[in-house]
Amino acid sequence: MTATQKRIIINRIALGFSTLSAIIALAFLFWILGVLVMKGIHSISWNIFVFEGSPPGYEESGLKHALVGQLILVGLATLIGVPLGIMAGTYLSEYGKNSKLAHTIRDISDIMMSAPSIVIGAFVYAIVVMPMGHFSAWAGAIALAIIMIPIILRTTDDMLQLVPGTLREAAFALGAPKYKVIMNVVYRGAKAGILTGVLLGIARVGGETAPLLFTSFNDNFFTTDLNEAMPSLTVTMFNYAISPYDDWQQLGWAAAFILSMFILGLNIVGRLILLAGKRK
Amino acid sequence: MIDKIFLNMTRTSALLILFIVAWIFVVLFNHSTEAMQTFGFDFITKDEWAPNLEKFGAYAAIFGSVASTFLAMLLAIPVAIGVAIFLSEIAHDRIKGFFGVSVELLAAIPSVIYGMWGLFFFVPILRDIFGGMGIGLLAAGIVLAIMILPFMAAVTRDAMNTTPDILKESAYALGGTQWDVIKDVIIPYAKAGIIGSLILALGRAIGETMAVTFVMGNVHHTPSSIMDPTTSIPVTLANEFTEADSSLYFSSLFGLALTLLIMSFVVIAVAKFYFLRKGRKEQ
Amino acid sequence: MASIIDIKDECSLHVRDFSFTYKGASAPSLKKVTMPIAKHSVTALIGPSGCGKTTLLRSFNRMHDLYPGNKYEGEIEFEGRNILDPKEDLIHLRTKIGMIFQKPTAFPMSIFDNVAYGMRLQGIKNKTELEGRVEKALQDAAIWKEVKDRLKHDANGLSGGQQQRLCIARAIAVEPEVLLFDEPTSALDPISTQGIERLVIELKERVSIIIVTHNMQQAARVSDYTGFMYLGDLIELGHTEELFVTPKEKLTQEYITGKFG
Repeated sequence: MTATQKRIIINRIALGFSTLSAIIALAFLFWILGVLVMKGIHSISWNIFVFEGSPPGYEESGLKHALVGQLILVGLATLIGVPLGIMAGTYLSEYGKNSKLAHTIRDISDIMMSAPSIVIGAFVYAIVVMPMGHFSAWAGAIALAIIMIPIILRTTDDMLQLVPGTLREAAFALGAPKYKVIMNVVYRGAKAGILTGVLLGIARVGGETAPLLFTSFNDNFFTTDLNEAMPSLTVTMFNYAISPYDDWQQLGWAAAFILSMFILGLNIVGRLILLAGKRK
Repeated sequence: MIDKIFLNMTRTSALLILFIVAWIFVVLFNHSTEAMQTFGFDFITKDEWAPNLEKFGAYAAIFGSVASTFLAMLLAIPVAIGVAIFLSEIAHDRIKGFFGVSVELLAAIPSVIYGMWGLFFFVPILRDIFGGMGIGLLAAGIVLAIMILPFMAAVTRDAMNTTPDILKESAYALGGTQWDVIKDVIIPYAKAGIIGSLILALGRAIGETMAVTFVMGNVHHTPSSIMDPTTSIPVTLANEFTEADSSLYFSSLFGLALTLLIMSFVVIAVAKFYFLRKGRKEQ
Repeated sequence: MASIIDIKDECSLHVRDFSFTYKGASAPSLKKVTMPIAKHSVTALIGPSGCGKTTLLRSFNRMHDLYPGNKYEGEIEFEGRNILDPKEDLIHLRTKIGMIFQKPTAFPMSIFDNVAYGMRLQGIKNKTELEGRVEKALQDAAIWKEVKDRLKHDANGLSGGQQQRLCIARAIAVEPEVLLFDEPTSALDPISTQGIERLVIELKERVSIIIVTHNMQQAARVSDYTGFMYLGDLIELGHTEELFVTPKEKLTQEYITGKFG
């Protein structure tokens, strides 16, 4: 066998292994996705949107409490996190640029992006829950906002930097003050990118469970009181899944399905916006 | 005037990040001093965790975190590199697009779902094969590996894709096969980026809570085999934080949180600053 | 309409009625090109961007096969066979027909390993033989003196011009019959460019050379034959001096006098 023949055989084997690993990975991931969809569709019904939680065994039990709680928590986190993230990103891109401070902030924020979310939960427990004396929606929303800020900051910074400098100069040349240049020209140029960053940030915190476990905690009933514990899809899903009751487990799968579709939807929309923006 | 206000608002927001990070460290440190003063180094070297006796040794949880992450890396790295090679070099355009986007979307699925799948569908299989509970270190390692795989494969693929076409072409032009080009050109060229990506995935895995909480067992006991139930730092926090009933117990849990934060900070910082920055410069 | 001279000397490659279509393109990028390539001489391909000269060059070592979906028609004869045959052994073909790219492409390994790379692929393991052939190739590429004391150093530490000569050494180390140069000096300074041009002229003693260039002066300086291409057609092929002084086609004349391109 010549050296070349040997290389060709090794090539086939190596590429075969690589393809095989791709198939294995895909098989596992589609298995999980398949379970999610089958279980989810099987468990979903109109009741889920109409009724709140109830003790196991009741016909009339649903996820209304968790759905609304989830929306409130994520909505509140978005209200806190998005403006802060966008402003911080604006500072880095438009004022800080290549200064040492700006680079330090970028680096620390990048590390924060991958920090364990449960630690954020512990932190918020210490600064919000302990002083208040009880769990609250505020605490959960703050924990999610802390996780969200670095994501929004990063995409805003990146997207603003993509706006060509000549555009800014043209606006300055017309005598516009800097804040107006940023608001009217830079933001407008980076609109699609920032929006995508916001959507991906929402998607990311929407799937978080760990930071909510001991901040917003959980509740089996419908509530809109921000000063009280508030149910979320993720924590509800966790509690129902580890419960020994079949009907609760079913509700857990329904919650998993609804949440995953919501997050996948946000991701897909985010990508489409970015694609459409690029095509222009 | 407005210009100044605008500048100050944005600068304050940016500085807020630094402030929050510092604050997190300070708060966790302050709350864990009681445990540190009581136990000293025993906190991280002893594995007796007995809330009723007011004894807290975090060794089992630290060991569980490290061991489950190590196991997950061992399983996920070869597969992720295989997937990345498949995505960047083997697959045709259409499969590349479809498969590439699926991998990225799968990376976005909440980790709690991986945990639920593990508990209901994977643990029973392990139980059938190995006997026992099925829940334990091995189950945690595997579920963690599967959860981290899409992220790992996607970032590794991105690192491989930084290899310029012209460099690959010149290896083909010397009569190289695809595998020759991958192992002699792409992997050496993208080495720093690939290692950085893998470590970044490791940083995510070590702090992961929900994928493993279901399947690890939450038993404070250093496992003697990979089938033994055990615990990890995030699992302990998730299960016990709301049950803690004494200030020493709380303080010990904050000590765990601080330990985890430091571990992940170091890992991520190494990935970011040593490998990924170097990789960026070389391009 | 095309004016192609008949080459009396021995030829290393014959292109006959060769058409090439990129994946998804409605029209071919090369249209029935017929062209002989003389042995042991330099043939330059010139023409405005998009004329198909690089596409033609990359067909000689079937580089287009790296990206599926492209279509070859017609014939390119080399060593008595049609290398466009789908059954052609591409690994063997590429060791016979080497290529130098627009930018230096030093692999992320040592200088020695770069030059030895092609030989190692062919299964040469004997250390003395490798060392001998690496030295010879580096000498032939006129870079031996500069690198002989740092063969174990990373090749990316060399300057652009040195890296390009290293790539030439790497290509000639496997003793090809033909060398393809794809605008080899477009990323280099004038002095390095001169060095590469001198090397091209020296190398034709041993290999047949085809060079694509944007630079007409370069074509005039280094080549024996020049082909002018326009919109996928070979408009004219002639002896270099004749083509530049007394072009037979009107388009060629307009191009070399700078009326377009």
